[in-house]
Amino acid sequence: MSSTADDGSGALPGTLIRATWVTDYWLTVYKRTWKGTVISSFVTPLLYIVAMGVLLGGFIKGDPAKLEGATSYLSFVAPGMVAAQAMTTVFGEVTYPVMGMIKWHRTYFGMIATPLGIPEVILAHLGFVLFRVATVCAVFLLVMTPFGVFESLGGVVIAFFAQLLIGMAFAVPIYAFTVGLKDESAFALVFRLGMIPMFLFSGAFFPVSNLDAPMEAFAKVTPLWHGVDLTRMLTVGNIDGPMVLVHVVYLSALVVLGWFWAVRRLTRRLTD
Amino acid sequence: MTVSSDTSMIHAVGLRKSFGSKSGETVEAVCGIDVDVRRGESFGFLGPNGAGKSSTMRMIAAVSPISGGSLRILGMDPATQGPQIRARIGVCPQEDTLDTELNVRDNLYIYGRYFGLPRAEVRSRTDELLEFVQLTEKAKAKVEDLSGGMKRRLTIARSLINKPDLLLLDEPTTGLDPQARHVVWDRLFRLKQQGVTLVLTTHYMDEAEQLCDRLVVMDKGVIAAEGSPLELIRAYSTREVVELRFGIGEHEEIAPKVEDLAERVEVLPDRLLLYSSDGEETLAKVHERGLDPIASLVRRSTLEDVFLRLTGRTLVD
Repeated sequence: MSSTADDGSGALPGTLIRATWVTDYWLTVYKRTWKGTVISSFVTPLLYIVAMGVLLGGFIKGDPAKLEGATSYLSFVAPGMVAAQAMTTVFGEVTYPVMGMIKWHRTYFGMIATPLGIPEVILAHLGFVLFRVATVCAVFLLVMTPFGVFESLGGVVIAFFAQLLIGMAFAVPIYAFTVGLKDESAFALVFRLGMIPMFLFSGAFFPVSNLDAPMEAFAKVTPLWHGVDLTRMLTVGNIDGPMVLVHVVYLSALVVLGWFWAVRRLTRRLTD
Repeated sequence: MTVSSDTSMIHAVGLRKSFGSKSGETVEAVCGIDVDVRRGESFGFLGPNGAGKSSTMRMIAAVSPISGGSLRILGMDPATQGPQIRARIGVCPQEDTLDTELNVRDNLYIYGRYFGLPRAEVRSRTDELLEFVQLTEKAKAKVEDLSGGMKRRLTIARSLINKPDLLLLDEPTTGLDPQARHVVWDRLFRLKQQGVTLVLTTHYMDEAEQLCDRLVVMDKGVIAAEGSPLELIRAYSTREVVELRFGIGEHEEIAPKVEDLAERVEVLPDRLLLYSSDGEETLAKVHERGLDPIASLVRRSTLEDVFLRLTGRTLVD
């Protein structure tokens, strides 16, 4: 009676094409919710940069040698805040909303009754999260520009793309964690024991060398430290090639491992 | 589109589904069933809750992988051609998966896009289907404001957006009031008339009798009987049934007193069922014995009687 344009093969091109068929869904969701994101996307960065960077930073006369190449506390903290914002945006997007798609609205169950498979569903959802990270971080970087915290245009542009990687390094593994949960009670712990300590102690607001040696080592294992350090190198123009490579490999590994974990967990959740 | 055997929509041999439970043991939900559904047929899976109907439907929908046996849908293997199969079937799940925050039209439109259908095509199909399920006036309403019957019709409309060859309906009228059920049945009759193959699960006997050309009765993961509703009634029940209601708790002890009056006597908690070819005559004999039931009724056998015979318990338990 009918057929679709798809060849139905499980190969990667088929998956990518089918994932785009979910775009209209996510567009509709965004049309419905974008107004609510304006405050957090536009106003919050401005409040942060004024309060932490300008006003608090005015009291801080740190030794420039200890500011990891930044010329002022303001230019030290600005990249840290961008990376932290990429992280917090992602935590919001891949916890409760993902559980809603499975448990409360059962949207995913409707999707997988169509030619869409598990990888397509995940890809489309994470594509939307990537879009959210991109808009939030682009605005954040634009808002900071007049404060003169960036050394070069090229550095900022690359830093923007780094935020996409940082965002996904959080998004994919946490998404995978969420899709296997029976209920939302674990999220409180994820936020209190995961996100907030990372936000405070991973080098966004002070150099991790200020910490005790064991704490410093611990901070340097967190994905956010890798993200902050990478972003700061790019915005202050103090680039350490091998370290850049370490950061990119570490963050990329989280994306890749998270992907396989996510496919496995969501398959088990939806198809058994 | 090639279908291996021209008329076989679903072909299952020794189909099994098992789950690993939390305690580590394996739960067998479907224990080796053979099913063959032909093009244009209306086929039903009947059975109590937990009989394995929904697990079977999820395998047929090419969503849940099979644990054993073989399964072909539209001549294709769900393990390797899932997207192709799902592109040509419609699924109306037991629990609505509608997007409650979107309006009625957007629900259909977005679902159509999941099939990769062009936008203009989805728009025109959306309008046609809204008309078909009598929801045109509700096109802009939010789903959460619809009645249960309207939601069900919207779910059915959504399952038709890809013009499926095979429509799977899991408990299509559970939870609906009688009027709403008749509207849904009417729409399903129309689809059947258009040549759409219907496969449904139900635990409503009247629904099965109304809609199914052929059905299987499932119990504990196996098929207990197969045939048309009439064939099953003929094979597993008598022409008529006498229902006798006595005082609370009296049914067990009265049963032996009437045993010889019928081919078979079924003792239910609230009544006795006497299976016989002539109900009025049987009832007269009951009265001759001096038994005086609080209420009595003579009726034709239904699928419910078949079910009692096959499984020894009522359907909804």
